Amino acid sequence: MANRKIRVLVAKPGLDGHDRGAKVVARALRDAGFEVIYTGIRQTPEAIVEAAAQEDVDVIGLSILSGAHMALVPKIMRLLKERGMDDVLVLVGGIIPDEDVPKLKALGVKGVFGPGTLTQDIIDFICRELGLETMPAMAAAQS
Amino acid sequence: MHLPDAVDTLISLAREGDMRALARLISVVENDGTQARQVVERLFPHTGRAHIVGITGAPGTGKSTLVNAMARVYRQRGHRVGIIAIDPTSPFSGGALLGDRVRMRDLVGDPGVFIRSMATRGSLGGLAHATDDVVLILDAMGYERILIETVGVGQAEVDIAASAHTVIVVEAPGLGDDVQAIKAGVLEIADIFVVNKADREGADRTFLALQTMLGLGPRRVQHHGRTMTVHEEAPAPDRAWTPPILKTVATRGEGVDAVVDAVEQHREHLRTTHEGQRREEIRIRRELYRILQDALLSRLMERLPPSSLDEVIQQVTSRSVDPYTAAQQLIARAETQPVTR
Repeated sequence: MANRKIRVLVAKPGLDGHDRGAKVVARALRDAGFEVIYTGIRQTPEAIVEAAAQEDVDVIGLSILSGAHMALVPKIMRLLKERGMDDVLVLVGGIIPDEDVPKLKALGVKGVFGPGTLTQDIIDFICRELGLETMPAMAAAQS
Repeated sequence: MHLPDAVDTLISLAREGDMRALARLISVVENDGTQARQVVERLFPHTGRAHIVGITGAPGTGKSTLVNAMARVYRQRGHRVGIIAIDPTSPFSGGALLGDRVRMRDLVGDPGVFIRSMATRGSLGGLAHATDDVVLILDAMGYERILIETVGVGQAEVDIAASAHTVIVVEAPGLGDDVQAIKAGVLEIADIFVVNKADREGADRTFLALQTMLGLGPRRVQHHGRTMTVHEEAPAPDRAWTPPILKTVATRGEGVDAVVDAVEQHREHLRTTHEGQRREEIRIRRELYRILQDALLSRLMERLPPSSLDEVIQQVTSRSVDPYTAAQQLIARAETQPVTR
């Protein structure tokens, strides 16, 4: 599939309304050549997994700044598994204490990105995990 | 269970109601692999039942919110609804930010609604092509009303909406003077006008501007300080459709029932006049042309050495040959050459 695009869902589960970070990441991913589906704030785990299924995404990026990640992320990971979607790459960004990072990774989260992360690091991480040689925007420019 | 790759398996899973299989089929036709044709071939016999509604208008008029509200009304009336929300691909990176779902969260958790965000992706009418195929899939899967939302800027987007059975053009107050509406060039394609955000100042003016532009209704003119009504001739009895202008406040669902009623009336109008047949023929003609174009172009390319296009581009860039002659030369060269790859 020569024209295959990588699709990424960017969502904010839970009740905090601070979506600046999620929007910055969404825009950076767009500029890197990804198709980004942005669903906005205050999403339930069910809504996120349903959107990910309908949009057939390769990656889910969750932004959580409320401290509720240990309640929200396990639920999302369980719903993904129930639907056979545990092949989707899941990343978490936001305020995550160091001691929770291994717990999230044990649940199947592949990458955790805290404050100060460069957007390019997130892009590189996604490309590496998906086995892309270069980010989609570069590939498009070269073809 | 992870999804299988075989199109046939995906189709049977999707027909049993597996949402992920349906979503994957859409990706298959969007990515336009060799499997896309297979999907269309298999599903075509099961299509033709859905009513397709195109919703277009300038950015910020409230299209997504209106689509969300319309889908809710259709659900109350017992119809299954498919939504295709189209946003532009960045011409610089090839990426896209698809944000229409933000306004469609009321529909989450309802198995009778399927929402898909699509990027325009550009390139040789690819958008319209993919949209036709996605509509076909949703139609075959029993979605009875398909709402396609496009930004009413740019020919491709207007074309998509124009290929629907019913076209809704959304306006809102405060987006510029009435000349903007003429510029957009979407007045001609509308079957229904919606003035959204009708609770805002200037909504009446937007409504009147549309009415005047369309030459509808009794005209009231101010003449030497007195209001006079100019009666128009009665409309010709050819049962032509007169586009209604409807006011809505989509965020509160106000007026949305009337919009859905108008869509259903228009659907009935298409069924009882020749207009429906005529539109279907236009749709299919357009689709066939595009398939032919794609097929002939790829045949031509197969017969040309990979570098020949670049060589010709160089010649035209250096002004040693004009583009028409260059194209003719390429065609002539392809016709005399055996398939090289």
